[in-house]
Amino acid sequence: MIDFIFSNPLLAALIALVGLSLIFGAILGFASERFKTEGDPIADQICDLLPQTQCGQCGYPGCRPYAEAIADGERINRCPPGGEATIQALASLLDVEPLPLDEDVGEEKPKSYAFIREDECIGCTKCIQACPVDAILGSAKHMHTVITSECTGCDLCVEPCPVDCIDMIEVPVTLNNWQWQNPAKANDLIATDRGQS
Amino acid sequence: MLVEYSLLLLSTVLVNNFVLVQFLGLCPFMGVSNRLETAMGMGAATTFVLTLASVCSYLTFNYILLPLDLEYLRTISFILVIAVVVQFTEMVVRKTSPLLHKVLGVYLPLITTNCAVLGVALLNVNKQHNFTQSAVYGFGAAIGFTLVLVLFSAMRERLAVADVPQPFQGAAIGMITAGLMSLAFMGFAGLV
Repeated sequence: MIDFIFSNPLLAALIALVGLSLIFGAILGFASERFKTEGDPIADQICDLLPQTQCGQCGYPGCRPYAEAIADGERINRCPPGGEATIQALASLLDVEPLPLDEDVGEEKPKSYAFIREDECIGCTKCIQACPVDAILGSAKHMHTVITSECTGCDLCVEPCPVDCIDMIEVPVTLNNWQWQNPAKANDLIATDRGQS
Repeated sequence: MLVEYSLLLLSTVLVNNFVLVQFLGLCPFMGVSNRLETAMGMGAATTFVLTLASVCSYLTFNYILLPLDLEYLRTISFILVIAVVVQFTEMVVRKTSPLLHKVLGVYLPLITTNCAVLGVALLNVNKQHNFTQSAVYGFGAAIGFTLVLVLFSAMRERLAVADVPQPFQGAAIGMITAGLMSLAFMGFAGLV
């Protein structure tokens, strides 16, 4: 049998190539089982950078769906709550050019939280249903209130309120959350670059 | 013995640099050198693939093709070996570093068609290297590739903010820089 194979170069070539392919196929099959990945890891990293307001201003039902859309090539400038900082972070993560915030989806507002004027609240529960992060407490025909630390400032509860008793209040700057302003961009620092643009 | 191997390593890294002296693997050299981090990732992936592919092709050639008198099948078998090693690397990278996988993107499968990889495998046969020499030769080629890729991408990052005349902007200045680097590397000739 072996003599027969050796005396037939064509057969030997065929067997060698097919055998090689089979071995390599087995190795790859084993590796694909061994190194299996669940989900889309890049979408996880994008989701970590998004502000998690779940506000839906980007046109997606929450931050996670938007992160998956970005991983599939959606533009990165559709997140008003995250604003400039989020766009910069996404741009450096994905190695793309940072774009200015898309005007269609709204503008960047200072971080704020919802406040219910409690004596005007009629207890209709509509804002509770609208809240994406369950930050509003209360039940039917009883006064509602907002857990400030849970509120992401997404504005979604303002619209459904029939008596307009919800205010958006800016988070005050205190010693705990005050930050230095970002320095000017590198392009603006160098005189010759400024002259060009 | 040790001297022989270090000389082989030095000559593949500097004197016979695969990119700048033998002009193999120019596609990733121009394609992935826009950012230093990407270049380092690509260099690491190529180093792994090239060393492994060099050793695997040596084994395939000497223990499968030679005994069967099938030397003429070496190109197709080497391509098969390289494709498998690249695919394997891609799986490992996707598992261990999803970001690197995203950054390398299309360039990772492109290592398959990186002529430096096939070049190393074929040159190993031509120069009748033994097992250790093949490994050192593949590793040296990969280190040389990574070295010039990283150097070149650092230069291109600097060039991106430089005041380049209009006609030379973009790829043109990249080509000129690569040419100058190649000239510089020619200076290593006669070192070993």
